[in-house]
Amino acid sequence: MPDPMKIRATVVGEVAEVKVLMAHPMETGQRKDADGKLVPARFIISVQAHCNEREVLSADWGPSVSKNPFLAFRLRGVAKGDKISISWTDTAGESRTDEALVV
Amino acid sequence: MIMTRRNLLAGAGAFSAWLLLAAGGLLAGAVRAAIPRSAFDRATLDDIIKDLGGSGSSESGDIEMHVPEIAENGAVVPVEVTSKLANTRSIALIVSKNPHPLSASFQIPEGTEPYISTRIKVGETADIIALVKTDAGFFTSKRLVKVTLGGCGG
Repeated sequence: MPDPMKIRATVVGEVAEVKVLMAHPMETGQRKDADGKLVPARFIISVQAHCNEREVLSADWGPSVSKNPFLAFRLRGVAKGDKISISWTDTAGESRTDEALVV
Repeated sequence: MIMTRRNLLAGAGAFSAWLLLAAGGLLAGAVRAAIPRSAFDRATLDDIIKDLGGSGSSESGDIEMHVPEIAENGAVVPVEVTSKLANTRSIALIVSKNPHPLSASFQIPEGTEPYISTRIKVGETADIIALVKTDAGFFTSKRLVKVTLGGCGG
């Protein structure tokens, strides 16, 4: 089971800022380990964000998003107590969904 | 069930529909993709834009970008993009000298600000290009990032 994401969603005025820190190695397939062997590629390819049931962001990624991806985006029409849910899927078919309430 | 011609055709039709849905990524559990994965294999901005359904782009002064002038660690380069263009539908990040220049693409629905902040790998000193798709076409802005320690691998 992949490690959980950290999600912080705060609303100031009309705009909510959502910050996400994901735990993922984002291996490009070009890195060599200590023995000189290539580490196989493994990276997040798809990300979706929802606020309550509404999709508010969808992303397609390649291997050049940094390890332990950071992502921030901003939403309108969001209130304290709304639920933000973030999901990712990677090249190995693993996926993870985490949620947080807007504060 | 008796295999009549009608049953066979109905079955074939259902299977074809399933294939289309699977290809379109619409089955529960299938990976959602808003852009073709081939875009991540393209070597040039123009080829990436073609895969995204466009045919060329213009530079725009209405795309704000914040990137460091010098990145000490090319593996983690922060990039912030705000599009001031009307009807922004997507924002993509491209690194001109990376082996695979397209790094990430974000679809921006109504109600979401045309703003993205993330961190990407930059292999060597290169232009980071923000590619914005609006109802009026594709627009770009770019910033040069100098990299002292390359970020793509060994």
